Parts: sequence; C-alpha cells; structure tokens
Amino acid sequence: MAFAIPMVIVTLFWGFVGGVVPWFIPKGPNRGVVITMLVLTAVCCYLFWLIAILSQLNPLFGPALSNDTIWYLQFHWR
Amino acid sequence: MDSFFRSEEMCLVQLFFQTESAHNCINELGHLGLVQFKDLNPGTVAFQRRFVKEVKKCEEMERILRFLENEVVKSNIPIPADFTSETIPVPRDVLDLESRFDKLEQELKEINSNRDTLRQNFTQLMEINHLLKVFDAFLFYLHDRFVAGVIKHERFPAFEKILWRLFHGNFVLRHAEIKPHEEENMADPVKKDVFVVFVQGDQIRGKIRKFHASMYPCPNNAYARKEMRTNVNTRIEDLRLVLKRTEEFRETTLTAAAANLQEWASKVKKMKAIYYTLNLCNIDITQKLIVAEIWCPVSDLNSVHTALIHGSEQSGSSLSPVVNRIQTQQTPPTFNRVNSFTSGFQSIIDAYGVGNYQEINPAPYTMVTFPFLFAVMFGDCGHGLVMTLLALWLILHQEHFRKLKNELIDMLVDGRYIIFLMGLFSIYTGLIYNDCFSKSFNVFGSSWSVRPMFHPHGPWTNDTLHDSGHLHLDPLVSGVYSGNPYPFGVDPIWNIASNKLSFLNSYKMKMSVIMGVAHMLFGVTLSLVNYIFFRNLKDVALQFIPEVIFMLSLFGYLIFLILYKWCVVMKSESAPSILLLFINMMLFDYSSEGTVLYRTQKPVQIFLVVVAVLMVPWLLFAKPLLLYRKHKQLKFLSLPFCLSLFFGVKKAFVSLQVSMADIFVYQGIHTIEYCLGCISNTASYLRLWALSLAHAELSEVLWKMVLQVALRVTSGMGSVLLAVTFAAFAVLTVTILLVMEGLSAFLHALRLHWVEFQNKFYKGSGYKFTPLSFNRMRDMQ
Repeated sequence: MAFAIPMVIVTLFWGFVGGVVPWFIPKGPNRGVVITMLVLTAVCCYLFWLIAILSQLNPLFGPALSNDTIWYLQFHWR
Repeated sequence: MDSFFRSEEMCLVQLFFQTESAHNCINELGHLGLVQFKDLNPGTVAFQRRFVKEVKKCEEMERILRFLENEVVKSNIPIPADFTSETIPVPRDVLDLESRFDKLEQELKEINSNRDTLRQNFTQLMEINHLLKVFDAFLFYLHDRFVAGVIKHERFPAFEKILWRLFHGNFVLRHAEIKPHEEENMADPVKKDVFVVFVQGDQIRGKIRKFHASMYPCPNNAYARKEMRTNVNTRIEDLRLVLKRTEEFRETTLTAAAANLQEWASKVKKMKAIYYTLNLCNIDITQKLIVAEIWCPVSDLNSVHTALIHGSEQSGSSLSPVVNRIQTQQTPPTFNRVNSFTSGFQSIIDAYGVGNYQEINPAPYTMVTFPFLFAVMFGDCGHGLVMTLLALWLILHQEHFRKLKNELIDMLVDGRYIIFLMGLFSIYTGLIYNDCFSKSFNVFGSSWSVRPMFHPHGPWTNDTLHDSGHLHLDPLVSGVYSGNPYPFGVDPIWNIASNKLSFLNSYKMKMSVIMGVAHMLFGVTLSLVNYIFFRNLKDVALQFIPEVIFMLSLFGYLIFLILYKWCVVMKSESAPSILLLFINMMLFDYSSEGTVLYRTQKPVQIFLVVVAVLMVPWLLFAKPLLLYRKHKQLKFLSLPFCLSLFFGVKKAFVSLQVSMADIFVYQGIHTIEYCLGCISNTASYLRLWALSLAHAELSEVLWKMVLQVALRVTSGMGSVLLAVTFAAFAVLTVTILLVMEGLSAFLHALRLHWVEFQNKFYKGSGYKFTPLSFNRMRDMQ
C-alpha cells in the first residue's frame, strides 16, 4: 500500500507536466519547441525515477554495515 | 511553427536591379540578413572579377584604419564605443573616405617622425647636460687628452675591459650613472652612464664608436664649460616647448580621428561586403542592369521584396527591382531559424554535420536529452546546484562577459543555456542517486532497519557484533526490509554500506541499458518521420519495420527481462543472471539448470531470436531486389512506353544510372552497420554507468581524504584547519569535479548523441545557409 502512494503521486506529477501543461502554452513561434521540451523532460525524468524505484522493489541482497554503524542504527533508527 | 523541427523551405530567386540602386538595395538586404547570394561567376578567379579594384581599395582603407587604431590605443585615447550609423555607403563615399584616410595617414606619419627626431635631439642635449654637470667632479686630474661621452650602462664593463687590453692600464677612466628625470625616461628609457677617459692616442675614438657610445666635445676650461652649460640649458627649454606642442597636436588629431573611427570601420566593412556581393552578380552588356540569384526562405519573400523597394526608393531610381522566383534542381542550403536559447544546441548539432535540406532537425530533442544524459553521468545535486548558479551568473551578465573578448569565455557564454539546463537536470538526477557532495539525504526514512536482525527476531546477537567487522542485512528476515522501496531515489542506507557498489553497479548498468535502448528507439522512430515527410513509404516497409523489429526483439526483450527480474520476488540463490540468460538465448543453450525466469521462457526466446535473424536478410536483400526488378521492368518496357513511364517512375529512371552492384554494396553496409551497431551501441551506453561511478567515487575521495580529516580534529586548532581544508576542498571540487568531470561528461553525452542516436536517422550532409548579414559581421569582429 505504501508503495502505491509515491507511485501515484509521481506518475500524476510527471503526467501533469507532460500531458496537461502543454495545452496551456500560449500560441507563438516557440510553442512547438516548448511543448517538445516539456514532454521529453516528463518522459525522461519519470523513466529515471521509475527505474530507481523498481530496482529497489525486491532486493536480492541487503547492505553490509560495519558494526559501529549497526550499533548506532540499532538505537537511533526505529 | 515547425521551422525548428525541420529546416525551412528555401526558394531560388532572381533579382534584377539597376546599377545606381545596387548599393542601396544590397545594403538593405544586408541589414535584413535573410538572403544568401549565389555565385554567378564561379569560373572566374578572384582578381578577374569586376569590382576587384574597389575591394582592394577597401582593404587598403582597412589597413589605414588599423594603423590609426593602433596609434590611438598607444596614446591611451578612449575610443567612444557607441555608434549608430545608418548612413548608406555609396560609391562616391568610397573616394571621399579614401582621400581622407590617405591624408590622415600622411599627417600622422609626419607627426610621428617629427616627434622622434625631436626626442632624439632632446636626449642628446640632456646627455651633454649631465656630462657637463659631473665633469667638474673629474677635474682633479688635469690632462690634455681626454674623451668624454655617454655609453649604455650595461655595456660599460665590456668597455672598461677593452680599454685595459688596448692601453695596458695606461689610462684613467671615470664614470658616473645618469639619474634621469621623468621626461627623459619617456623619451629614452635606456639607462646610461657618463664617462671620461684620459688617455693618449686617437684610436680610442674608433673603439667608442663601435660601442655605440656617443662622444661629446667638452671644452677644457671652466669658463667655456659654463657658457656651454647655459647654451645647452636654453636649447633644452626651447626643445621642451616644441615637444610639448608636437604632442598636443598629435593628441588632437588622434582624438578627432578616434571619434569617427568606429563609424568609418563599419562603413568600410559594409562597403567591402557590398562589393564582394556585387562580384558574385552578373552585369549585363548595357552596364545598366545587375542580375543576382539568391537563396531565400519562402516565408521571408515579402520582407525581401519590401527591402528592395525601400532600397531603390532611397537611391532615387525610378524602376523598382524585379523579383522572380525560379524552379531549380539544385539542393538549397539548410536554414534553421534559431533564437538565443536554441542557437547553442543547434551549433553543437551543426558541429557534427549540417542537416540535409528539410531533413528532420535533431536539435529540439537534443535540448532535453543532451542535458539529461549529461546529468545521468554527472549525478550530484550539490555540484549540479553550483553549475546552475554559475550558468545563471553567465546568463545575467552576458554582456559584461562578451566585452572581455576572450575565446574561452566566449565559448562559455555561448553555451550558457546548455550549462543551465545541464545543472538543473543534474540536481534532479543527484536527488535520485541520493548524492550531494557524496552524502545522502534521508527524507522519508530508510526502508531497511537493523533491529529485526537481532535476537529474538533474527540471527544476530551482541556477540555477532563483536566477532566480525561487517555484517550483511538479510532481506529474507521479516522486518529488515520494509517491503516498500524508498519513495524517491536510492535508499540512504546504501551510502553507509560497505557493499554499496554492488548494488549501485547493478542498478546503474541496467539503467544505462534501458536509457540507451529507449534513446535508440527514439532515433529509429525519427527516421520514420523522415520517410513519411519525404513520401518514401517504400522505405518504411523495407527499412524501418525490419530495423524496429530487430531492435525490439533482441534489446526490447532484454529490457523486459530486466524489468521482470526487478518486479518479481525470488530467492537470491535461484535468481538467474540476466547477462547469462541473454548469452544463452543467442546461443540457443538451454541445458543448464535453473535458467528460467518464467515458465514459457524457452519457446518465447527461440521465437524472438528467429524473428531477429530473419530481419537481417529482409534488410539486406528486399530493397535492392525490388530496385533490380524495377530496373528490369523499365528496360523491358522502355521502348514503346518510354514517355509515359518517364513521368510515372521518374525516381526509378534516375536510379537506372546507378549500377546495381553499388546498391547491393550500400545496402549491405547499412545492414551490417545497423545490426552490429545495435549491439555495440547498446554496450556503448554503459558509459552512463561508468562516468557516474567515477564521479561518485571522486566525490567520495574528496570527502573522506580532505574534508573529513579536518572535521575529525578535536583540538581547538581544528577550526583553523577546517577553514584551510575547506578552501582546498572547494578548489579541488571546482577544478576536478566541476571542470574536468563536467567536460568529460559533456563530451561523452555529445558522443552518444552524435554517434549512437544520430546514426539511426540523420544524414547530415547539407550545407549551411550563410546570409549576407551586417549584424553577423559586426558580432564576429
């Protein structure tokens, strides 16, 4: 469940940037270029975030920590 | 407007105008900056052209102007930079300016030579003055024969040696250094010494002359010396006055010239450009009409026409110039209309090759993908922030930077928007890599926790901690991994883990392959757009479809494997390596155990490899065979139906001239290049991983070995040490991580675009549209 929240939020955000904002760009000589930039930015950034989160979804191994770090984390992280 | 996605449509236009209005019309066109003149006399050499004399005159005037500018700069007179000259240079202006320049040059040369002679005289008089001053001090040794003079200070020891050799010590030499006044320093800055030699014999004079020392006749008795001194003093005063007057006159002349210098320079430049352009045109027999051919964007034809009418009105001619658009088979130049934001990106595309006429322009896509790929390799939000701020500074102060006229800074200023976007994207990728000056942010709370690893939940006890230095967290123990990945980016626990590279390498390599295949698929899709625009639907079926299927069936499947392995839960012991899976797929090797990710893997993979292999002969043979069949069809039907077929299959008719062997070879090369290129280019995208790893490691080294050392010092001196160390850290960060890594990532991102992306669709063998533009000429100087 807690995985769905960031998924939805980020997808909606980049979907807004790439799919909704282009409709509101005023007509002018640069309209095509601005729309292209918005769509490409949305696609690239969303893909990059998606790869980052999917690669951590089902980890095959965990981090190796030094015993000092483990000692610290045992008390300070919940 | 579609003009940036594709180069503009150009038309060839013939212009006819009268000789009197030629200068005004070309001047108007030059201000407009939208037409490129075609050379109508390509066979003639430079000195055979009609207006070559006028061009030479203009060059001579430019030389005089440079000489004037040098003199003005030498005298530290400021040149007023602002000038608004809208005067049109006409032929009679040429003669007028020419005579004026000649006169100015003559005057200035005369003034300069006069001043030099005066200065020489002044120096001589001052030397005599000094000589006479110190002579009295030498006069304890009265002797008849002596020679007095002035020699350069540095040559004095050699002079003394020569005298010893000559006279075997039979002489007396006295010398004193001249301490010059301010004005003497200006006139003659060399240090000099006064000397007196008391000696017998006359050969001394020859030796002195060889040393370039000046000799002065000095009278023997004190009274005559005194008279000489007063004489010399009056002469010095007179000379001082004359010199001052000369300098003043020179300054006034130069200031008057400096006021007009910029205006004249621009006028001469314009005239030279106009004559150069006139050399490209044709003058007809009656000497009254000039014919010119220009390339001009179709959308700007109206403005060109208006400019010409304006020009002819200004010259007072009765007939307006005729504009006649003609059809042509020649390839027009490529014109991409850019503004100050897009010009940087267009120039890096053009550096590789100017696009074919009306071919798709990669620049609008490059505006995002280039900074993005740079950021993937640079990925540090702290460094990205510094880069963005630097770019903002460049953008806001660009006028100031352009004034410095330094080549490196000019390049930086031209690319200020590129650097700005690179910095912005680097902040984003830095946030996702969770890397800020090699430290991570923990905003949402890590998904990994240590407590469940301990008794009674997990296998660890306090003794386990004491026994070993490093321990692995096991995701299979419940609670260690929360089940939800870190919401934005890489989990911050990896920053403090000792096996961080194992995770990051696997993640970044797979990310590079995914980005690479996506980028290349985008490139292939753009080639489809090109085919559709040029109505080349045959190539869509013969080239685009097999290319896409080949890439998707092999590398699209690879991406599917990567995503599948990420999304599906599996035990780490039984997880097959994707690389081995892929290799075995190509070799049809299904013998080893546990090599399946999903149930129907074997038949799917066999099907995909067979499809991919079938695409190769499709790419290789389909297009040439089709052309061959058309060729034979034409030859068979050529005799009776030649005419009708000519209009119908004009393209195939043209290809008759090309031999079939050429077509087969070309298609073979293209197939090999594409198929092997798919594999090698996908591997080439792994540089995204490699450079981001290098950047992260360098960043970590700077932290661990430089800044952390100072932060760990506990004594009071630690703060001073920290200040010094931070300075070192900052300098190293800027030079190594920003400049060196930035240039490196820039270069590699550029290479990825130029080679891996553009060889899927871009031909890049056009020629650039270079209009006659006075603005461009002024910016280039």
